Amino acid sequence: MSALTVSTLSKAFGGLHVTRGVNLDVQPGERRLIIGPNGAGKTTLFNLITGEITPDSGTVALFGQDITRVPSRRRPHMGMARTYQIITLFPRDTIIHNVSLALLGLSQLRWNPLIDMKRQGHIAERAFESLKRVGLGHIAERPLAQTSYGERRRVEIAMALAQNPKVLLLDEPFAGLSIDERRDVHQLLLSIPRDVTMVMIEHNMDVALEFAERITLLHFGEVIVEGTRAEVVADPRTREVYLGH
Amino acid sequence: MAVGFLALVALPYWIPGIYYLNVASQILFYAIFALGLNILVGYGGLVSLGHAGLFGIAAYATGYLLQSGFGHSFAILSALVLGMASMALYAVLSLRTTGIGFIMITLALGEILWGLAYRWISITNGDNGISLHGRPAPFGFDINSAASFYYTTLVVFLIAVVSVAIFVRSPLGAALMGTRDQPRRMNALGYHVWAIRFWACMFSGLLTSAAGILFVYYTQFISPQTLALTSSAEVLLMVISGGAGTLFGPIVGAALVVIVKNVVSGFIERWNMLLGAIFVAIVILMPEGLVPGTARLWRLAWRKKMSTGAKAEAKP
Repeated sequence: MSALTVSTLSKAFGGLHVTRGVNLDVQPGERRLIIGPNGAGKTTLFNLITGEITPDSGTVALFGQDITRVPSRRRPHMGMARTYQIITLFPRDTIIHNVSLALLGLSQLRWNPLIDMKRQGHIAERAFESLKRVGLGHIAERPLAQTSYGERRRVEIAMALAQNPKVLLLDEPFAGLSIDERRDVHQLLLSIPRDVTMVMIEHNMDVALEFAERITLLHFGEVIVEGTRAEVVADPRTREVYLGH
Repeated sequence: MAVGFLALVALPYWIPGIYYLNVASQILFYAIFALGLNILVGYGGLVSLGHAGLFGIAAYATGYLLQSGFGHSFAILSALVLGMASMALYAVLSLRTTGIGFIMITLALGEILWGLAYRWISITNGDNGISLHGRPAPFGFDINSAASFYYTTLVVFLIAVVSVAIFVRSPLGAALMGTRDQPRRMNALGYHVWAIRFWACMFSGLLTSAAGILFVYYTQFISPQTLALTSSAEVLLMVISGGAGTLFGPIVGAALVVIVKNVVSGFIERWNMLLGAIFVAIVILMPEGLVPGTARLWRLAWRKKMSTGAKAEAKP
């Protein structure tokens, strides 16, 4: 059974067709890379998969279960997590509070108006473990406003991992990172176990190609090439619309 | 905090005269109102310009039921229930949007309620309003005197402060603040953003209704003027001037507005202008509000003092 299946997914904003009949079949444990020029519809595809945008037609299935009409807020409870291209965190809070919010999102405790959140030791412990996993355990109590861009990228990933997702969608996780930070994030992604299926949008081909097992090339909202890393890189259409000659 | 609590408890013994004790009662019930609005404005990022309408519904319900011959307990409980039911409807209609849209819908709803208070004469008695005769005696405790009413208001005020303090430290409070800062991210983390905001509205409505009931018992009169846009704006200014999203900010803001309106106005004819000037000064000097602004200045002064002391010690 596939981890993530996207079938003939389409979306148009007025006359602009941003996704045209996209098909995607990602196997459990697979590392899939989505590439394409700017405006190809990559982030829109992620938004359709996570339910933030409703498709005009087509279906999305998670481990065989059709989730096309499932509200986007329910999808994390079913094992889907994502990061954003533009970092979307809680700047007034500490790093550990950010990750605690991610954990709380899947817990019934989130509706409790009476207990003290700071006394929920099990949440704090798990948040700290997630931060240690991404190498930020030593600055867990630091206000997010006092962290670097690279650290915030890792907080995003820590929040997604804290939810123990089965399918993780990463939207340009290397964007804006320095060479050192890129290496750290790359190592972090390689360390994620195979029980997490990963789909990644990325422009930085050096690190992305090393990560990917299969690649999907989008152009004007359509899948024009799909295959193994070697097949897609060797395909002349990839060179024409994306890699250049 | 303990000193503040003791000062409030001992207030009737040291404050000069009944007039000032009544001003203190007003500060307390307006502070409850401001705490209620702060749940939405400060912690939820939802600026409501129609809260005086909800405040007025609870006040009118109490007044109408008492005038119709019902007992105080029934009137108070019914006013709370009606206030909460109105808040639920208000939330369903206004939470369809956020930002400017939310402000405009709440403004419109507040104006509708104000219009109803004016025109639904069979219930509200129109412009003449509803007068009450007497206050309740909870558990045989007569609250007709200024001191006993003050203590009753103080008890409700303390319950309100403690309940807000518990709420903002709770997971639901953290979730509400999350929806204020990053609603899209909260949704992607598995939170039901609309429902979190709805329950925040209900909590806000409970405090607003309680304040409305205390108000009508205090003034023993309710008229459409209480529901006017200026009343909603006034309580919003209490929240913003004291410090939105802080526990004590709305209390300080309520004290500021009530004191200028009731005390300073006895000495300065153009007190409205003074109040306006104070708000402008707050916005320029402490845009975050009096409580967080004062804390910031205090920290700055403390750091300066410490660094001056360290330099003086370093000199041989």
